[in-house]
Amino acid sequence: MPAPRIQVQGFTACFDGKPAVKNLDLEIFPHERLAIIGPASSGKTTFLRSLNRLNDLDPGFTHSGEILRDGKNIYDADVDVAELRRKIGMVYAVPVPLPWSIYDNLVYGLRLAGVRDRATLNERVETALRYAVLWDEVKDRLHEPANVLSGGQQQRLCIARVLVLEPDVLILDEPCSGLDPISTGKIEDALVTLKERHSIVLVTNNTKQAARASDRTAFFLLGDLIEVGPTAQLFTKPTHKRTNDYLVGQFG
Amino acid sequence: MKRDRLIGAILLVVALSAISGLALITVFIFREGVPIILRVGAGQFFLSTDWEPSLGHFGILSMIGGSLAVTVGAAVIGVVFSLGLAIVLTQFAPPALAAALKPAIELLAGIPSVVYGFVGVVTLVPLIRHSLGGPGLSVLAASIVLGIMILPTITSIAIDALQAVPRSYVEGSIALGATRWQTVTMVLLRAARSGIVAAVILGMGRAIGETMAVIMVAGNALALPHSLLDPVRTLTSNIALEMGYASGDHRQALFATGVTLFVIITLLNTAALAVSRRRAGRRRVG
Amino acid sequence: MKVSPATTQRVAVGFMWTLAAITFAVLIFILAFILAHGLPHVTWSFLTESPSSMGREGGIFPMILGTLLVAGLAVLVAAPIGVATAVYLTEYTREGRLTAVIRFGADCLAGVPSIIFGLFGFVFFAITLGMGLSVLSGSLTLALMVLPTIIRTSEEAIRAVPYAYREVSFGLGSTRWQMVITVVLRSALPGISTGIVLSLGRSISETAAVMLTAGSALRLPRSLFDSSRTLALHFYILSREGISMPNAYATASVLIIAILALNLLAYWLMRRFVAKVGR
Repeated sequence: MPAPRIQVQGFTACFDGKPAVKNLDLEIFPHERLAIIGPASSGKTTFLRSLNRLNDLDPGFTHSGEILRDGKNIYDADVDVAELRRKIGMVYAVPVPLPWSIYDNLVYGLRLAGVRDRATLNERVETALRYAVLWDEVKDRLHEPANVLSGGQQQRLCIARVLVLEPDVLILDEPCSGLDPISTGKIEDALVTLKERHSIVLVTNNTKQAARASDRTAFFLLGDLIEVGPTAQLFTKPTHKRTNDYLVGQFG
Repeated sequence: MKRDRLIGAILLVVALSAISGLALITVFIFREGVPIILRVGAGQFFLSTDWEPSLGHFGILSMIGGSLAVTVGAAVIGVVFSLGLAIVLTQFAPPALAAALKPAIELLAGIPSVVYGFVGVVTLVPLIRHSLGGPGLSVLAASIVLGIMILPTITSIAIDALQAVPRSYVEGSIALGATRWQTVTMVLLRAARSGIVAAVILGMGRAIGETMAVIMVAGNALALPHSLLDPVRTLTSNIALEMGYASGDHRQALFATGVTLFVIITLLNTAALAVSRRRAGRRRVG
Repeated sequence: MKVSPATTQRVAVGFMWTLAAITFAVLIFILAFILAHGLPHVTWSFLTESPSSMGREGGIFPMILGTLLVAGLAVLVAAPIGVATAVYLTEYTREGRLTAVIRFGADCLAGVPSIIFGLFGFVFFAITLGMGLSVLSGSLTLALMVLPTIIRTSEEAIRAVPYAYREVSFGLGSTRWQMVITVVLRSALPGISTGIVLSLGRSISETAAVMLTAGSALRLPRSLFDSSRTLALHFYILSREGISMPNAYATASVLIIAILALNLLAYWLMRRFVAKVGR
């Protein structure tokens, strides 16, 4: 096993004093797809949003413990949060294209980072769109409004918008929850190629998707990490009874 | 991130300076106006109808009476028309028609008050003079003109209040066999009551503060009105009419008139705010 | 005899439709009355010449310029302050005592009548700060007067921008300020402009406050410290003192057309905003 890219150590996240994730230990490795499954309010999304410090936007958010990225705690005072968010790229459950053209959506992150060079922008856009399996569908209409795309295309656009920044880790929060099976399949296909370059953390409500599209799976329940292991093993021989209960549909 | 905190601090300073204007206004108006009230005596100043600045007589009772008369008159006219409009536009008009009529009401709010006053003086005033007698320039003329001027204010707030009533109330009432009109009077107006009261109070604040239109149609006579056809002078017109040439005690007395107006308006606004806040509080509970 | 509910409804609704019809008839009557009497006198020379013998003869060019200066400067001063205040209230702080104080102050300011603004502008800008009766005194007074409108409309426009846009922007590595500029203000711009355009209309219409602060000089203003008569005040003086009815009507027509144009512009901007934010 190579050295982990992210090490979560004793991490607890609270909102208004109530813990949403409790004393979590977890590692994320390069070139892997880690799925996170669990019923509603099990802390999956809170954990995901802790990785890029998006929870900081909630005034009631507090935390303890550490999340180390390449050995450095991302909650240290001297961390550039904007830079961190560029490197831990997030995709949301509902695709939110900003009300601009496809192209402007794609280069937005780079422009925020101060990249102005046209050639660089264009090159990164094309690469990102190819990885997100969207290039062929939009290459001739990059300057049309992004909201004319279909739901599945919009979600792949949102993935590409993050890929343009070349993040280390791609975190996806139920990215297929509103999509049809064909669009879902395209996104899952994209994840296979994407893990060559990025670590992928995929939160999903759909256990079948976790089984199909991940290398390791972690099961969360009420803020606790119950168990984590290779996906095939977790789905066939879970070590905990509660994992088994969830997988056979006892709750959630 | 450090830069973000700096920008936040700058924005806070701007926001505070924006409302510090209110403090400045209060301080300067009171500093100019209060001393003369104390010198003349509050009883004399507020309860005498004797306004003769050249003789040093400063009593503003007739202006207070004039302002109240036209404000109440305007409120009566404004409320009848505004409620009718608000109910029609939210309940009975086809949506497309309502959407087309709302900008017209906004346009009504955009017409300059001097234009209202002018049209009033060349059309409404002669009409009153010929059909009802008196000088025409009167409480009635001012009430009608002001009633139309405050109509957009009351209508738009009343529309908001009516639209804030949950649809389920209306549907529940209709399902019980009430006609649309019975639903309006028994359910809608009752549920939106505090919002409508706030609208009316704010409208009265507009009316009592209006200046140019009133100067042109109210007649500006220095006496308490005894009928709707009597001419009156309001607090606002007193200031606007005499500020141009006043000096010394006279000018201070005009500022004192302004202080009086300011206090009345602040009371009205606070009342409107309290009423609408009670509504907000109740909704949170319910 | 008992009247059936259906009959009551017919009578009541008929009555209210009548009220609505009267309201719109009054609006159309006012516009038509002024324009019918005034437009024939609005000629090119009326718009481009200076008045003579107190406005009995000649045109209204100095008043047009004065109005543009006073109202334009007022909005130029009030818009940045108002938008910055709205951004502070919505993006840089949590709801609390401080925001309650700022909102209460803005609400109170909105209720202050224009004649009081006039009195204040007179003693504060004209006398205490020594600006005299001038374009500058008048515009600063009007700026204070329209500030609450700009704050309120900007705040509403900013709040209508979906929260998800902000999360996306932060997620792609923007600082708060970058987020405000690139996402919030960019999306809210048509809504904010609506408020600014309506404030411009209100500044142009205002008479009482400018009468006490900008004065009523008939000549062309040469600097911001010159007194200048606005169109609304010129119309008031012409009609009130019976100087020239045709010129009064013509001046009012110019005023009405300006207000109509600004209202149309505001309406168009608002529709664009609604289409953009997709409510």
